[in-house]
Amino acid sequence: MPGAFEGETVTRRRFMNVVTQGSGMVAAAAFTLPALGFALGPLFSRVPFDWQVIGPPGDFTKTTYTTKVLTIVQGIGEAGYSIAYVRTRDPQIDTEPVDEYNRWVALSSRCMHLGCPVRFVSAAQRFICPCHGGVYDFRGMVAGGPPVRPLDRFYTRLNESTGMVEIGPRYSVNSELERFSPRDPGQPLDGIGQYLYPARFDTSSGPPGHP
Amino acid sequence: MPKLPSPPLPKILKPVPKRPGDNGQKMGPVEAAAEGGIHVVDWLDERTSMSGGIRWLLFRKVPKGINWFYTLGSATMFAFLNQAVTGVFLAMFYRPDVNGGAYESIRYITDDAFLGQLVRAMHKWGASVMIILIFLHMARVFFFGAYKYPRELTWIIGVVLLILTLAMGFTGYLLPFDQRSYWATIVGVNINGTGPFIGPYLSDFLRAGPEFGATTLSRFYAIHMMLIPGLIAALIGAHLYLITKLGISAPPWLKAEEEPEMREAEI
Repeated sequence: MPGAFEGETVTRRRFMNVVTQGSGMVAAAAFTLPALGFALGPLFSRVPFDWQVIGPPGDFTKTTYTTKVLTIVQGIGEAGYSIAYVRTRDPQIDTEPVDEYNRWVALSSRCMHLGCPVRFVSAAQRFICPCHGGVYDFRGMVAGGPPVRPLDRFYTRLNESTGMVEIGPRYSVNSELERFSPRDPGQPLDGIGQYLYPARFDTSSGPPGHP
Repeated sequence: MPKLPSPPLPKILKPVPKRPGDNGQKMGPVEAAAEGGIHVVDWLDERTSMSGGIRWLLFRKVPKGINWFYTLGSATMFAFLNQAVTGVFLAMFYRPDVNGGAYESIRYITDDAFLGQLVRAMHKWGASVMIILIFLHMARVFFFGAYKYPRELTWIIGVVLLILTLAMGFTGYLLPFDQRSYWATIVGVNINGTGPFIGPYLSDFLRAGPEFGATTLSRFYAIHMMLIPGLIAALIGAHLYLITKLGISAPPWLKAEEEPEMREAEI
């Protein structure tokens, strides 16, 4: 081979090039990859899971909603609060199958258009969003405006030992009120929606036994 | 040419004419200062040869017919420089603390800090001015056809600069951390989340998790004051290099002048 000594398969100039550029790339990767992983890490983080007491069963009725303040994120003050609208399950109107996690219906105040806080207007029996005019009926199903799916819900349960109603993690529903792992607002779950908007990598934020 | 009358200055302020035969043996303080400056510039130029680069950048030929529309690009750049300078000084007071500290530090800047209200207003209004100017600049380039060969890369870099400027607006909007910032960011992040397939991961990346949390604000702050400004400054450099290298395009209403030799060749 020209430029190489007897028995060499690569010229010394080329070997030098490869070694210099290779070590430069290793050095750059040594700080880029950890930094990138650090920035992308929260995508894979687990959602802290806890049950919060919201009151005795007598606090809630079938006919109207009670407003409860939840702590969604610990330790950041008011920015970590969210509101749930809670009522007792009414078999007359709540047609979705009953289990131990929905004996109280707890709707998230997060609008499923783009995440503004909805307000329950008892005179109209509707949830109304101030931002872009989303309207939901008494069960949280879309009644008008831009929202793409019914209001998110929270798991609820009765703590047998204390006799208190507790509220758990959020879950999303499609228009049939089938449960999905929590999604962001604006992501429809009907039809191909659940495939266009995949679940988070970590979906273990639901109660035990939930897919 | 008629000579203008000399201004009616008092005698003491009138420049003293040089004495005949004075060949600069004795320098006045002004001449000495000028001489000193020339020495410094010479010293630098001998070691860097930067005068050639400066001449290349500033003393270049421009086509006939350029007009005020051609200043929109530099106007945008000066808006960016205003944002950079005021932003550095705002960063000396700002505290990206979700638990009330961010709002309190903004309140301190606005109400208590000396000239804080002015500097913050310059940053806030300058942001809008920069967005308006960058769109006007883009419209000028588009309607004058200045994006055409060989200036396509300049246009592409300009589009990236436009996107980065909008990202600056988005990340900066959260920093005062009042109700408007908070909900606007919730909505903005969720708009990112509506993109199919990558949307959910993009919104989680922006929020640093599935919910708006303790690190969302500091993440936005870091993106706003370190990541994007560095990119913008680097890309403005590339943009200016290409403008200087390729020259400015003539306005579209200007007809190209025919070379006399070409006219003869046709005959």
